[in-house]
Amino acid sequence: MKQFRAFVRKEFYHVFRDQKTLLLLFGLPIVQIILFGFALTNEIKDSKIVICDYAKDDASQQIIRKIEASNNFTIKKALMSHQQIEQAFKAGDVKLAIIFPNDFYDDLTHQNEAQIQIIADASDPNTATTLTNYATNIIKDYQASLINSQPTLQIRTETRMLYNPELKGTTNYVPGVMALVLLLVCVLMTSVSIVKEKEKGTMEVLLVSPFNPLLVIISKALPYLLLSLINLGIILLLSVYLLDLPVKGSLLLLVATSTLFIITALALGLLISNATATQQEAMIFSLMGMLLPTMMFTGFMFPLENMPIALQTVANIVPSKWYYIIVKSVMIKGLGFSAVWKEVLILLGMTVVLLGISIKKFNIRLA
Amino acid sequence: MADVTLDRITKTYNKGQTKAVEDISFSVNEGELFGLIGPDGAGKTTLFRILTTLLLPDTGTALVNGCDVVKDYKKIRSQVGYMPGKFSLYQDLTVEENLQFFATVFNSSIEENYDLIKEIYVQIEPFKKRRAGNLSGGMKQKLALCCALIHRPTVLFLDEPTTGVDTVSRKEFWEMLKRLKVQGITILVSTPYMDEATLCERIALIQAGAILSIDTPQGIIEQFPEKLYAIKAGNMSQLLQDLRSSSLVATCYAFGEYHHITLTEEGEQTTENLLASLKEQHAEVQLSPTKPTIEDCFIKLMQAS
Repeated sequence: MKQFRAFVRKEFYHVFRDQKTLLLLFGLPIVQIILFGFALTNEIKDSKIVICDYAKDDASQQIIRKIEASNNFTIKKALMSHQQIEQAFKAGDVKLAIIFPNDFYDDLTHQNEAQIQIIADASDPNTATTLTNYATNIIKDYQASLINSQPTLQIRTETRMLYNPELKGTTNYVPGVMALVLLLVCVLMTSVSIVKEKEKGTMEVLLVSPFNPLLVIISKALPYLLLSLINLGIILLLSVYLLDLPVKGSLLLLVATSTLFIITALALGLLISNATATQQEAMIFSLMGMLLPTMMFTGFMFPLENMPIALQTVANIVPSKWYYIIVKSVMIKGLGFSAVWKEVLILLGMTVVLLGISIKKFNIRLA
Repeated sequence: MADVTLDRITKTYNKGQTKAVEDISFSVNEGELFGLIGPDGAGKTTLFRILTTLLLPDTGTALVNGCDVVKDYKKIRSQVGYMPGKFSLYQDLTVEENLQFFATVFNSSIEENYDLIKEIYVQIEPFKKRRAGNLSGGMKQKLALCCALIHRPTVLFLDEPTTGVDTVSRKEFWEMLKRLKVQGITILVSTPYMDEATLCERIALIQAGAILSIDTPQGIIEQFPEKLYAIKAGNMSQLLQDLRSSSLVATCYAFGEYHHITLTEEGEQTTENLLASLKEQHAEVQLSPTKPTIEDCFIKLMQAS
């Protein structure tokens, strides 16, 4: 026990005296939250939209032609009721509906004002806002071309967002960033920890002592577990107070499952550290081997449902996928343990396997 | 009684392509200060790593404290002290923290064995709050020695402890080793410096993975078969060439400010003739018999093998 305490104390010295790494450790999540929250947008091409033209006059035709010319949209023309539009949204056939009322041109010329209604499927808020922006821009463009001849003309666009009227895009990316940051930080930091001792030669001295490999492995992971929990706290505080995204479900459950996920990631990092020979190798391994699959297969950047079956199967071995599901369920939908027990069990299994291999792979000799 | 025994140890790297050591056998007695002397790449570090259970030998057996280095590795690891050739303590930990850590790992404490390291530790104690990475070379060696001693090992393995250390610190280091020997600790030390060989009780000369000779330093010097001369002249490089082309000279090599030569049988009988013919070509020729050193013996043995 005294030995274990000495190992843990040593590891904390290592971590806290390496200030550059510490800065990275806490800077990364903050930067990512802010970056994903405010800066990143995706351009969308060839979205299916429906145009209901009840007016069928010069003005509506001209606007439709302009919309057709844009490569953001694939257009279907049909006269649909609001109910029909909603059904089409649910079926996923269309993402946006543009409705020209009767007498559009008459209203425009006689009352100097006309209306266009835009309805978007805001269950995916990023796509919804982007698409409505595209549509309104085209309409404004048309309006601008009229203003030269009749400056008082005005077209009002009335936008409705279905399902997610407040457009909380954060619902999607906060769990994703949590999964990404925790995995990255834990894997990257621990993956260099053991290999560093091999490279610097300290492992050579350490091996010629009555130490227990298990103690070394656990003591290596412990400081990062603590730091990652602090990181988790920072992310949650940022999401609640900066992004107005409260934790709907049990905070305790969220923290407990996050701790489990952190341990999974630490076990993965330790395995990499045990299996590689140099710090550089470990870094490349954890960056290439972790960052890319995490981005791809977690499901918050690219929806997993749209992937081929083969890739969906690959996604199953990515721990962050399961954690992402847990966080979405607990934090956003407010569900309890009964809804996520399966994912928790999978993470638990992964942890046990990874830790087992790390301990087995720990080299008690130099070669 | 033998404390460290090697029996026909062979070790290769790269799946047998690179031979590190071949068929090495020797033993170190209890309480002995034993030196492994040889140039870089001779296989010293490989032997140390086998004895400290860090590497497995391909063939052969070795015992430390009566324990087999393969089977009883755990026992050996808690009993011996090891100081690798490269400084291998935690550079971001202070002097005191390093010592404390290694004491605890060995289930001991600084206080328990303070008497053993006291003389060495007082020299670095003024810097105990300094990080190990910021110490000078000599200080690092002292700290590493303290850490290797803190659990009172029965056998101490020191791999090139004086390489890269200044002359004064080197001398101090050997003084320390002599004092440790008094405490009854068996010490196995390696060095590439031939002049340090005479400071050991017994030495093994090692070259290209094979032992050339094992004896006391005096015994090895006495084994030198021929008479050795030191010769000097104005133009030393020309002298070396002339000596090498002379049929009276058996071996000849530069040695500090002199050349060391041994003569053939004919040369021994006609030393005056050799001197006279050299004086014709060179100014200020001095020739005098000299005592062989370990280095002379090493060169002799190396050429013979």
